[in-house]
Amino acid sequence: MVPSLAFHDLTLGYDRHPAVHHLDGVVKAASLLAVVGPNGGGKSTLLKGIAGRIEPLGGSIENRFPSLAYMPQIGDLSRDFPVSVYDLALTGLCSRRGIFGRISRSDRDRAYEAIARVGLDGFEDRSIRTLSGGQLQRLLFARLMLQDAPLILLDEPFAAIDQRTIADLLVIIENWHAEGRTILCVLHDFEVVRQHFPDSLLVAREPIAWGPTATVLTEANLARARAMSEAFDREAAFCERAA
Amino acid sequence: MLLYDLLIGPFVEFPFMRRALVGGLAVSLGAAPIGLFLMLRRMSLIGDAMAHAILPGAALGFLIGGLSLGAMTIGGLVAGFSVALLAGAISRATLVKEDMALAAFYLLSLATGVLILSGAKTNIDVLSLLFGSILALDDPTLLLIVSVASLTMAALAMGYRGLLLECLDPGFAAGVSRHGALFHLGFLALVVLNLVAGFHALGTLLVVGIMMLPAGTARLWSDDVTAMLGIAVLAAMVSNFTGLLISYHFGLASGPAIILVAGLVYVASLIVAPLGLMRRLMPRRHLEA
Repeated sequence: MVPSLAFHDLTLGYDRHPAVHHLDGVVKAASLLAVVGPNGGGKSTLLKGIAGRIEPLGGSIENRFPSLAYMPQIGDLSRDFPVSVYDLALTGLCSRRGIFGRISRSDRDRAYEAIARVGLDGFEDRSIRTLSGGQLQRLLFARLMLQDAPLILLDEPFAAIDQRTIADLLVIIENWHAEGRTILCVLHDFEVVRQHFPDSLLVAREPIAWGPTATVLTEANLARARAMSEAFDREAAFCERAA
Repeated sequence: MLLYDLLIGPFVEFPFMRRALVGGLAVSLGAAPIGLFLMLRRMSLIGDAMAHAILPGAALGFLIGGLSLGAMTIGGLVAGFSVALLAGAISRATLVKEDMALAAFYLLSLATGVLILSGAKTNIDVLSLLFGSILALDDPTLLLIVSVASLTMAALAMGYRGLLLECLDPGFAAGVSRHGALFHLGFLALVVLNLVAGFHALGTLLVVGIMMLPAGTARLWSDDVTAMLGIAVLAAMVSNFTGLLISYHFGLASGPAIILVAGLVYVASLIVAPLGLMRRLMPRRHLEA
């Protein structure tokens, strides 16, 4: 069976307040999907749900991919930890080699190659605390490469990143797409989405539109998304929509 | 011959000095690497909290079984494991952070222990519990210390990658392995084991010193975890050796002497080590790129 990712009447949220509300749909294998929408619209929450970091408040996520790689918006990585660029990239291999598995010479070569492909060659022995934000982001992409997962979740990978780095990282994302991997990427820059992402999902707590990017990012849809992003309702009633 | 009398003579002459040295070196082998991982997890003060959690258990064992190795060890282990595992599990399952969970449970343990002891109307020599008796290590105690050190090294060797990953990026570790809880709780169990083994030599409170001070020293000398492990163990062993000699030649209490040497090594490193103060005060010329 072709792996796929499906949402069945999915509701995700915090303290019973939904952030993603009654989402239905299928992410087809090998698609490159941008997840867009206003702040608080449930984009990060959706990725967290897929990654299994939070449990659905309702509905379900059906994930048929054998493994996934997830890059959170704000990770747990401790930046002052004494670890070199090379060793941090190597941790990506843990998803395939496991915590106890042997790291072979060819694995090591792949790590050097990944570091070179994100443009960090020469930095291998540097401690990660000496990296800039953009350099660290490049390194995390190298780690994602080594994870070699069929499903990749990226949460705002280009926040506070300069144009040149964005361009370099987009090339990597497009390579992943060409290799047949499925990618979900949370983004705010509509220009980047229009140019590089064939499909888009627009969410503002409620799903607004999902499909080819040109049909999703229309003025009408974006206006609806803005209207939906009203304030957090403290007095919200119980949702009565049929499950 | 002067150097011989100073450095080697005491150990050749007195069996109790040899036993103290062996015990101290074994404690160093286990406790110093554990301290390093505690530091990397930003849990440098957790060792102290755990030591307080173990104290009532050991005292209770003393109350029931007298000055027996078994009773005090089991008491300390039960109290330590309960606090460590409860706190670890609570921090994984709820929003409560690990330091708060540990604070809550070690205080519960401490208060319970004091309550039971104060009701028992026995005059326990609390000082020996607090500061240990490294000059009076018998065979079973030495065996316990050496076993715990061996177990610790074997466990760390096997779990090295997982443990480092848990310290470096816990979210990522959870994504790539389902064994996160095992590494986390297993590590806390190792902390307890080493504290219990070490308290026979250095006492429940001072044993934390041989755990944390060498770890702090190692951090100042290197940016590489493997090298830091070696430096921490070396610093701990040198402190044990030197501390014992100083206590012998000057007639001072051994436990505090060992920890003071470890502390002086730390302070000296703080000043002269590559990542210490000297580098700040005397910056080297910067490079072109």
